Amino acid sequence: MTTVYGPVTDWATDFDHGDPEYNKNIHQIWETLKASGCPIAHTERYGGTWLPLTHEMVHEIAYDTDHFTSRNVVVGQLKPSQVEDAAPAPIGGAPPITSDPPFHAGARRLLLPAFSPKKIDPLRSKMEKMCNDLIDKMGDRTDVDAALEYSQHIPVLIIAEMLGLPLEDADKFRGWVNLILGNIGDERTEDRMAQFMEFDAYLNRHIADHVENPRDDLISFLLDAEMEGQKLTPHHVQGTVLLILIAGIDTTWSGIGSSLWHLATNAVDRRRLSENPEMIPQAVEEFLRAYAPVTMARLVKEDVEFHGVQMKEEDWVLLPFPAANRDEAQFENANVVDIDREENRHAAFGLGIHRCIGSNLARLELNVAVETFLKRFPDFELNDSEEVTWSTGQVRGPRTLPFRILARA
Amino acid sequence: MRVHVDSSKCQGHNRCYALAPELFDVDDYGNAFELNDGVVPVELEAKARLAANNCPEFAIIIED
Repeated sequence: MTTVYGPVTDWATDFDHGDPEYNKNIHQIWETLKASGCPIAHTERYGGTWLPLTHEMVHEIAYDTDHFTSRNVVVGQLKPSQVEDAAPAPIGGAPPITSDPPFHAGARRLLLPAFSPKKIDPLRSKMEKMCNDLIDKMGDRTDVDAALEYSQHIPVLIIAEMLGLPLEDADKFRGWVNLILGNIGDERTEDRMAQFMEFDAYLNRHIADHVENPRDDLISFLLDAEMEGQKLTPHHVQGTVLLILIAGIDTTWSGIGSSLWHLATNAVDRRRLSENPEMIPQAVEEFLRAYAPVTMARLVKEDVEFHGVQMKEEDWVLLPFPAANRDEAQFENANVVDIDREENRHAAFGLGIHRCIGSNLARLELNVAVETFLKRFPDFELNDSEEVTWSTGQVRGPRTLPFRILARA
Repeated sequence: MRVHVDSSKCQGHNRCYALAPELFDVDDYGNAFELNDGVVPVELEAKARLAANNCPEFAIIIED
């Protein structure tokens, strides 16, 4: 199934990250693009999109807020100038991820305390219980799906609780995450528009409910918060709630899923971590490096020459942190997944002022999810009579993980 | 040996705090700073280097 732009005929000179083939063969595709001589690939798709493939370039773009705006961080078929009422810079539609300096710093500072390590670490026991409950539900079955029955639930439950949204709406959240992040190459239909409106209405309803009935959660926090002596605008509150909901779900479950996929397909690493759980934090960092789920994006603010290529105003520029993580110039044996790697300054959570605000939460979820799975299932493997399907678009993770449980604790 | 966190570079990845909490702490915003004026006891020198080598922003300076 291809995107509206049709199939890619030559992956050495063209790419489409909305095509299922991209995430499925991602590491090969990057090597092919680099081998054909372009450290920065280009496609006409989505109105013109660049794909820098070195750590150096990704770092440079992430740090250059003068030339590259975060106004829109998900590549779409329309540019902001083509969308009526598109939220302008420096705020954007989902502050602070879509914000540029000077607005960015204040909006980010508001949220940092809620996601700092000392606030997040105490959530450990709650997460452990959640993970164990999910595993209890699997009963005695040998055949389980570690994505559908495990990794796709954990982040949803945690973030819904932090925000103060009903846990029963988890399926709705999963649907909206897919709407925004997946299927970017699908035809833009009225049905999709209707779904966006439904999401908008849902957020507004729950924000209004929090105005009526304040409580101790993130939505109420945002409603009370002040920036420079002023309460946040309704646009800002809604945009930030949307951001936290979307950013907290797909990304983390993709990270958990990729880590479990690695363990299911690598008996040596699986046994080592089963027998030496104190190695898990270091291994998780290597999984974050090698299987980093998130690629961000920027828009070019005005025509600029960048490392020999001419970028045009409003060109998309993908920020593939996962590709930066595989750059041999930055990481020795970059394409080897080595759980003994001690020096690992990977960029899975981004670089610079937009460093993922949820990184402490994500890391805790990842560690607890992997620890608990290994503790309860000391041995398991991929059931490779079924295929693992990977997501499409800027967040990469396994949609399904058919496992066979070989040993139960 | 002494360590120092360059606060203009720290973005709160918190690798240093996770790897060497004896040497680094974080404030309410999750930004790191060195403890004990950055003085590193001999038995923690390896940890100090590990922390510095895991900072994605190269924000940790080591003075031998």
